[in-house]
Amino acid sequence: MSMETAGLSAFGIVLIMALVTLSTRWGGVFVMSFVPIGYRVKQFIHAMSGSVFVALLTPMAVAGDNGARLALLTTAVVMLASKKPLLAISAGVVAAALVRQL
Amino acid sequence: MTPENSEQYQLNRSLVWSGFKQLAPISMFVIAFGLAFGLAAKQAGLTDLTIVTMSALVFTGAAQFAVLDLWGEQMPVITMIFTVFAINSRHLLMGATLYPWVKNLPPAKRYGLMMLASDANWAMAMQAFTAGKPGLGLLFGGGLALWSFWVIGSWLGIYIGGFLSDPKGIGLDVVMGCFLLAILLGGEKNLRMVVIWTIAGVSSLMAYWYLPENSHVIVGALAGGFAGLFLKEVKS
Repeated sequence: MSMETAGLSAFGIVLIMALVTLSTRWGGVFVMSFVPIGYRVKQFIHAMSGSVFVALLTPMAVAGDNGARLALLTTAVVMLASKKPLLAISAGVVAAALVRQL
Repeated sequence: MTPENSEQYQLNRSLVWSGFKQLAPISMFVIAFGLAFGLAAKQAGLTDLTIVTMSALVFTGAAQFAVLDLWGEQMPVITMIFTVFAINSRHLLMGATLYPWVKNLPPAKRYGLMMLASDANWAMAMQAFTAGKPGLGLLFGGGLALWSFWVIGSWLGIYIGGFLSDPKGIGLDVVMGCFLLAILLGGEKNLRMVVIWTIAGVSSLMAYWYLPENSHVIVGALAGGFAGLFLKEVKS
């Protein structure tokens, strides 16, 4: 199933995103008012919420150009060394720009 | 954990304002992230109004960036819903940890507060609760600060993006990937998580090559989630 992204349809997509996000903001409190969220469910959610980033990033790194690859590598190294996300992202962008200008 | 101190449940104008002020310094970073989002979204072909509306209504950086990756002439809706849900599923855990502190509030207030729950104000609110201080002002006031700076940042990004002639040449198309990677590496890191991420990455790549388009996000995230179920946490 797919939707157009042109015109008003774009706002439909935004509305769906907003509703899904709201369901996650309300869901935890709502479910807890009936039944406590168990350890196994927490483990699943915790692992899934990190894995979705990996799932998005892996094909990006494999299918991307050298600029994109070096950008991700640079961001990873700077992030692990400095723990400063803004610095890590900026370094990644600069790396991609340098590769493409050369 | 049961809250004992009734003052900790309080929520009034001065607590909200104090929460806003306490989160304002962090919100400067949020402007920068919003700016990056505005730039990336403009490149992905979203109209200015769509971008600002999205930041205002959805208010979740990582998921908004991820949706840009799916944004073409057509949007695969099921994949999009799953991606947004999976990234934001951490909100479910935030709600669960906040529950003892909001369960005695009237429903309108309880769910109104939760609309602004986000990583930074949730963490500050939980810290306050643990220290025996009121935290709901931080959650709501801090959330208002984060929200307004996120929207302002997105708008700034659109504005600046209008002046750039060759965004890809200066590396701006990688902002989204770098953002997601920085968020991932800023979280919990240990051998168990690395194994989970490897399983997620390999599954995603297999799906990317051999399964229908866009299924890799769902496949990778679920594979990682199940890996998390079966990999026991090492007690230290």
